[in-house]
Amino acid sequence: MTATAAETEHSAPPHHRHIPGEPGLWIFLLGDMIMFSVFFGFIAVLHGRHPRMFRASQQALHPDLGLLNTLLLLTASALVARGLRQLRSGRPARTLPWALLCALGFAAVKGCEYALVIRDGHTPSSNDFFMYYFVFTGIHLAHLTIGIGALTVLVVLSRRRALSPGHLLVAEGAAAYWHMVDLLWLVLFPLFYLVA
Amino acid sequence: MWVFPALVLATLSSWLLGVEGSTSTAIGCAVVAIALIKVRLVGLHFMELRNAPAALRVAFEIYVAVTGTTLLTLYLVL
Repeated sequence: MTATAAETEHSAPPHHRHIPGEPGLWIFLLGDMIMFSVFFGFIAVLHGRHPRMFRASQQALHPDLGLLNTLLLLTASALVARGLRQLRSGRPARTLPWALLCALGFAAVKGCEYALVIRDGHTPSSNDFFMYYFVFTGIHLAHLTIGIGALTVLVVLSRRRALSPGHLLVAEGAAAYWHMVDLLWLVLFPLFYLVA
Repeated sequence: MWVFPALVLATLSSWLLGVEGSTSTAIGCAVVAIALIKVRLVGLHFMELRNAPAALRVAFEIYVAVTGTTLLTLYLVL
């Protein structure tokens, strides 16, 4: 079955369509995503204008750690999506603390990679590649830190016996924010680590 | 649910393509295209935008299309 066919099959009818979280949150999320798209463009332009410097600098990164972090974020997103469905149906959302653990794992791995790169003598002032690398992944890490706060809210909400519609709206917003953090990394990772 | 295995498979595929160290433009574009397909899957399924009102879903689809087209153009032209 193709993705498109699956989407058509499982999409809600128009009268059941629903905005996850507060509608205003989506203006912020889409704005943030557009800001990161500008960052992606900067990386692509740098790659095109200075391919040798880009490739040489890229060698100092650790793609295995980048892969590990991607898998941690994808796992966290899948666990959050499952946890939100459980919260809506009034069941215990036991997956959410594991999602929080994955998020903390990402931050720890990122910290280790920064330490390794800096130990090898590369800092934001080394060249444009490392300036972009530290600034853009640092901004992403700041988003992830807020995402850890959002996941903590989800874990706290999951401990309640029943959620009010207001609580559910907060839970949906926190989940949507977390998925955005995942989504942004899915592009940052290949642009910095994989596209040679 | 097929989305998570598909995302993991796509991640491993692009990682294998990337760490081979090829400087081929085609491989670079394939890696970028895979990334944007993953973004769309996360948006539609994990962020639940496939069940969102049309305006929000269309805004997201435009975001993915414009970001993907711009990145692929930059990698092909520069």
